[in-house]
Amino acid sequence: MIKLFREGYTSLTGIVGPLLFLKGVRQPGFAELVSIETPSGVRTGQILQVEDDLCVVQVFDGTMGMDTGKSTVWLERDIVRVPAGDALIGQILDGRGRRIDGKTIGYIEKLLPTSGMPINPVWRQSPSCYIETGISTIDMMNTLVKGQKLPIFSGAGLPANQLAAQIVSQSRVPGSDTDFLVIFAAMGITQREADFFIDTFRSTGAIDSGIFFLNLASDSAAERLLTPRMALSVAEYFAFEKNYDVLVVMTDMLYYSEALREISAAREEVPGRRGYPGYTYSDLATLYERAGCIRGARGSITQIPIITMPDDDMTHPVVDLSGYITEGQVVLDRSIHDRGLYPPINVLPSLSRLMNKGIGKRKTFEFHRLMADQLYASYARAQELERLRLIVGDDGLTDTEKLYLAFGREFEARFVNQGSVFRTLDTTLNEAWECLKELPNTELYRIPPCFIAEKLGSGREYS
Amino acid sequence: MSNLGEITGISGPVVKAKSDLAIRMFEVAHVGRDELLGEVIRILGNNIFIQVYEDTSGLCTGEPVYFTGSLLQLDLGPGLLGSVLDGIGRPLTRLGEEGIFLKKGSHASPLDPDRKWQFFPSVEVGSLVGPGSIIGNMPETSFLNNRIMVPPDVSKGTIRSIASPGEYTVSDELCVLDNGYVIKATQTWEVRQPRPVMMRLPFDQPLITGQRVLDTLFPLALGGAAVMPGGFGTGKTVTQQSLAKWCNADIIVYIGCGERGNEMTEVLEEFPVLSDPYHDVPLMERMILIANTSNMPVAAREASIYLGMTIAEYYRDMGYNVAIMADSTSRWAEALREIGGRLEEMPGEEGYPAYLGTRLAQYYERAGRVKNMGEPVRNGSVSVINAVSPAGGDFSEPVTQSSLRLSGVFWGLDKRLAQQRHFPAINWQQSYSLFEDTLDHFFSSRLGPEWKFLKSYLKDMLERERILKDLVQLVGRDGLSEQDKWLLELVEILKVVYLQQNAFSDVDAFCSLDKQKQLLLILKRLDDVVQVKLEAGLIYDQISSIPFRIDLLKLRDLDQPELESKGKYWLDKLQHQLQDMVVFK
Repeated sequence: MIKLFREGYTSLTGIVGPLLFLKGVRQPGFAELVSIETPSGVRTGQILQVEDDLCVVQVFDGTMGMDTGKSTVWLERDIVRVPAGDALIGQILDGRGRRIDGKTIGYIEKLLPTSGMPINPVWRQSPSCYIETGISTIDMMNTLVKGQKLPIFSGAGLPANQLAAQIVSQSRVPGSDTDFLVIFAAMGITQREADFFIDTFRSTGAIDSGIFFLNLASDSAAERLLTPRMALSVAEYFAFEKNYDVLVVMTDMLYYSEALREISAAREEVPGRRGYPGYTYSDLATLYERAGCIRGARGSITQIPIITMPDDDMTHPVVDLSGYITEGQVVLDRSIHDRGLYPPINVLPSLSRLMNKGIGKRKTFEFHRLMADQLYASYARAQELERLRLIVGDDGLTDTEKLYLAFGREFEARFVNQGSVFRTLDTTLNEAWECLKELPNTELYRIPPCFIAEKLGSGREYS
Repeated sequence: MSNLGEITGISGPVVKAKSDLAIRMFEVAHVGRDELLGEVIRILGNNIFIQVYEDTSGLCTGEPVYFTGSLLQLDLGPGLLGSVLDGIGRPLTRLGEEGIFLKKGSHASPLDPDRKWQFFPSVEVGSLVGPGSIIGNMPETSFLNNRIMVPPDVSKGTIRSIASPGEYTVSDELCVLDNGYVIKATQTWEVRQPRPVMMRLPFDQPLITGQRVLDTLFPLALGGAAVMPGGFGTGKTVTQQSLAKWCNADIIVYIGCGERGNEMTEVLEEFPVLSDPYHDVPLMERMILIANTSNMPVAAREASIYLGMTIAEYYRDMGYNVAIMADSTSRWAEALREIGGRLEEMPGEEGYPAYLGTRLAQYYERAGRVKNMGEPVRNGSVSVINAVSPAGGDFSEPVTQSSLRLSGVFWGLDKRLAQQRHFPAINWQQSYSLFEDTLDHFFSSRLGPEWKFLKSYLKDMLERERILKDLVQLVGRDGLSEQDKWLLELVEILKVVYLQQNAFSDVDAFCSLDKQKQLLLILKRLDDVVQVKLEAGLIYDQISSIPFRIDLLKLRDLDQPELESKGKYWLDKLQHQLQDMVVFK
């Protein structure tokens, strides 16, 4: 539709942080797009709040150098949209969906709204398809399934990016013929981190089959709120219209939430915990909940958000709220990292809620759940005894307890510390048995005896 | 049109409108050209604030607002069972016919207007009926009758005419009273208003959950309220779903309040396949699901728990025991906080509005076991089981604390236990039940006087272990007596065999009261057998290689009668084995 006229206003009354206050607007629409013509170029923004004829507009490009006298705000009378089409594959875009090299995107099939609508729960399908990430601690103990949202909880200086890049480049769905597409949404990461990802993806070839949205630390906070929404709208397009299995990596949700806080503070809203606005949960949910599978659609959206825990604090609001929405978490641990083990995944606080759906007979192997439970229980006991040992010393422990300590060390050194290689599930399973060998059969009460006998032999308990 | 207003401001889910009319508080409004559903939450002069139950993007100022004059209400009638509704009572299955994403501005009654139901009258012309009296039955599912009642707000009258047995839709006339009132299968009720009852009854019947740790240690009474707080990953949802599957309520209202979409899907996929342990029909036949997932509009989340409660009360009034489960109260409270923030209200503790406790009470206080109104005389109950998701797993936060004040049972979920994969991760030291005394009579007459003894034995063991564990931290295990070493092992067995329960195992997911008693009896006898030998001088290391746990877990997978015989056999065998051991003394 060609518009015959454009509506513009020069009645800017104030500028606060990334926000503009515009007066005298005739029937402004909530969440609509505006472009702002300034002497130094055109900027874009979105209407955040409407109060009679006063509008609050957030500017994606930042408000540096703007003035109230010489700027014209043009109403586009449309909500914010993102281009979608096959031409996007292999592109590196900025946080607002424009090519980073300034060229225009080839053929665009559709302009999609970035907000996305909630999926009717009746239409969802439970994710149940196993994804092999090649990482033992994930595949065996916190299995990722297609359509899941499984974040990585990291700390400053921990190798979350390496892990994410490794998962992206080596993940596969055994026995599936659907196309795989990686969509990468960077929010507020540094140029160095962005370069790391681009270089890694380039060297593994993932770059040609991926779409990259980069909002860097120096870009505006308002744009940061838009980046994941654009990435997810594009993901929905490829998953549910083009039948791709889409893996969306979002890094870093902490910086995203900080942007949310920044805008909220500029709007003088009542702050909640640690200054984050009261609607942080709902806002994060509108992003995370866009993962999933749909009945009758071959494609799916799997999410791996990365969240930095400030000071390794898992009760930090952003980490905590994310944990309540996502379907589990993979937690990186500083002490494991300090001991030089990679990937430094601490399995005890890690969890995959959808694991049971994706494992078992005909999917992975029959006693997968029991095996994982056994490893969990034994490792938890080993950790507990490790703490006890510090108090009472080796002499205060029974023989069985010493075996547990040996198991714990073997488990970390062998099973967790796999390095940046791909391990098939069979290799992983063998490693697990090697570790469990340290314990007598009587302690392996979660695994059915027939499997133990088959692998380790029976009668070891009275040796 | 007269009852029209005009939008003057929009801030997220809160819309400000201007109207010169007298507007009622909590009146339902249709906002904008798309007719988005909303509710009036504040009136200041002729400025009306409306919380809108749908996404407000694209709404413009100047668009019309239509005030309906009525409060948020719901159609109640046959067809609710087995259905999936959103937070304001629209049927998601029927909305799903329009596409996979939820569109804005759809209006639909939860009841199918075209479906016909069998009706069997139970009263005759000329009989006197009052509010709550049953005039007939409509089989709603294969085992459950929807009892057609005189609505609670109708005055007494004699029956002038009643429909003959046959098939009727929910809007067909079934009965006319001499005061002119027409009774249909459908009745409407304002969701924020409690439905009246004749009188409240004492909490002397338990809601049997089939979960050992809950039934044995922290029982919930029919009509009582339980709160289940726990950080993420502690198994709130799995525990709550287990309860939905196995508890002995007739009807379950399950509210997914601001939680994950995939969890709702899991229920939707699993429950139609699983069969009801009491009736051998699909579980879905006794379920009503209310799905307001975390990405669905936040204002509808606020309304969803009252909506669920209204449905629960409706079935209670028919004389059924209803359990209502909301997952989770915290998301509901956050919705309240978000709306409060948009209205620029003065925040209370942690940013929650100061009226958090009042609003929660309006929900919890609607639970109870009651004598229903009208004829025939019957009892019904609404039991509440609410999950709470405290921020950072910290139970001192306001939502947990307000909920605890209003409920009688506290099932605290423990992150540490969850990490050890001890499920259900109910912390036995923190949790409590205030119904133990009132339920005492039921349990002693059902399970015999020794039940009380077994129960206190279990509690005693767990408490002794806690003290002993502190000691071990200081002196190490070698400093303990042989009895104490055995106690540590025994409690470990109690935890693995008795307190832990595998929700994903076919046999263990539900444990009847008789089996609970039997199992606990075997564990107590095991202790007795070993204690005798320890006193005679047996050293703990001599028995440490006996695979108690493996054997007992195998026993646990048996049915109750078999458990009794096999358990006795196992204990006898053990006794012989111990007899043969050399005692150095």
